[in-house]
Amino acid sequence: MSSESTSKDSIGIVKTQSVHINQPLKLACGVVLPEHKLVYETYGELNAQRSNGILLCHALSGDHHAAGFHEGDSRPGWWEHYVGPGKAIDSDKFFIVSVNNIGSCFGSTGPMSINPETGERWGASFPSLRARDWVESQRLLMEYLNIDCWAAIIGGSLGGMQAMRWSLEHPDKVLNAVVIASSMKLTAQNIAFNEIARRAIKSDPDFCDGNYLQQGKAPLRGLALARMIGHVTYLSDELMGQKFGRELRIGDLVDRNADPVEFQVESYLNYQGDKFSDSFDANSYILITKMLDYFDLSREYDNDPIKAFSHSKCNFLVISFSSDWRFAPERSREITDALLAANRPVSYTEIESDKGHDAFLLPNVRYEDALGGYLSRVATQLQGGAQ
Amino acid sequence: MSQDYGFISDWIKADSKVLDLGCGDGALLLQLQQKHNILGYGLEIDPQSISQCIANGVNVIEQDLNKGLTNFADGSFDTVVMTQALQAMRYPHLVLDEMLRIGSECIITFPNFGYWGTRAYLNFRGRMPVTKQLAYQWYDTPNIHFFTYADFEALCRERNIDILHRRTMAEHFPDKQLKSLWPNLFTQTAVYHLSRK
Repeated sequence: MSSESTSKDSIGIVKTQSVHINQPLKLACGVVLPEHKLVYETYGELNAQRSNGILLCHALSGDHHAAGFHEGDSRPGWWEHYVGPGKAIDSDKFFIVSVNNIGSCFGSTGPMSINPETGERWGASFPSLRARDWVESQRLLMEYLNIDCWAAIIGGSLGGMQAMRWSLEHPDKVLNAVVIASSMKLTAQNIAFNEIARRAIKSDPDFCDGNYLQQGKAPLRGLALARMIGHVTYLSDELMGQKFGRELRIGDLVDRNADPVEFQVESYLNYQGDKFSDSFDANSYILITKMLDYFDLSREYDNDPIKAFSHSKCNFLVISFSSDWRFAPERSREITDALLAANRPVSYTEIESDKGHDAFLLPNVRYEDALGGYLSRVATQLQGGAQ
Repeated sequence: MSQDYGFISDWIKADSKVLDLGCGDGALLLQLQQKHNILGYGLEIDPQSISQCIANGVNVIEQDLNKGLTNFADGSFDTVVMTQALQAMRYPHLVLDEMLRIGSECIITFPNFGYWGTRAYLNFRGRMPVTKQLAYQWYDTPNIHFFTYADFEALCRERNIDILHRRTMAEHFPDKQLKSLWPNLFTQTAVYHLSRK
């Protein structure tokens, strides 16, 4: 089954689109963005009733390029395994919208954009963001695309937080929320890892209090270090053991003259860190990790998740991964229990995996079955099929 | 086994909230959803069954019954159902208590070990019965408690559980005719509708 599904066709060459949203966006912090730019991709066709839209919500470091290939590019989008024709999120059945959110650094309005008031880049002065701001901006994109109601909103990690926030803020605009490897709020340990990452960035002399762009610098070392810390927390001990063990890349621990010695895992992590710091913006990283820390689904509902979810009207699918310790299965169970107590329709499954938090991005037959089975039923319902 | 759903469905009220412990592929909940418009949830640990539930549009929660049901509040369901699984629980009497804590009523079905066929199997062959209903060898069976219709009723008396309805089921002649006279001898599957006294 898995070999069949992995060999399914890619959506192929895709093009990034962009839109200037000219309506003011009032952020949770009080600042109003008079206009903002969003870059996004779409896969599949919108049906005549405009009812088959699916919104994909990316996580901390994600972007709009979820599936297919950009012209001349050999690397597909970040969710290629799950998004495309005949795949779990099926572009033959759905019109899939994947947007890069504001505050990020892949073309949508963010710290690297020009602040129209000053004529300079926002940099560290970009207003602080909440998940609800992303939801609001996505709603404006939805209006622009002339879609009244999403068939489903799907997201992993911070993406799942957006899906949950949508279900409370706009209960009539979403039929299904798929919440993967997520949480109603971060634990102290999770916030701690985010702060270590931010401190790593800020400690880089090239950070220049966040004004590195104006000074033609970039805190590459700090951002790489932040990513290395994050990366370790996204994997499981077991997986790192399997992948690298104590294998050496350079040197020999028996022959004492063969210094220096480098473990495979060191080389891997350094490579990942450097690759990331070349493609991501440090201010965006700080901004979005803060957004994760601040997220608390039920804060404005008397800190009662049951009360919060009683505002939702959609069906929920909640998925966790057994070895994920950054967004542990317990967090997903809390979401599920709150939904149950609020009498909301919900299914929950804990997928056996040794791949840690990253499992939500990686191939897994059970995960694929659950997601694909759930969504093909959604597609059947849209066609007015069996209830 | 589709017949016991018939009884069960008669005892479920329209628009009620139902929890099915060990729901399998969700067939019972699906039937109750269609017939009585219930809000149903099933608990299951078998990955394939979970996938089937999800694809069938049945709410399913991956949860191991043997690890407790403490995440469910007192009286949070109208009916808690368990079909053909009580004999596989580590502590059936505690599961029963939990079912009656969570639900106002509960419905239980189980294979009656007092059925003449199983009795005869043990009596004449001298081996633990392997029947269509109890289709496992002693060493690999998930059914770790064997009990009869009479044992179950004794437990209900002991634990102050009210038997609202009972149904007995048998597949063939003459069991079908004789089960009302000697239920413990001729019942293959017992179906109970219970509440707390």
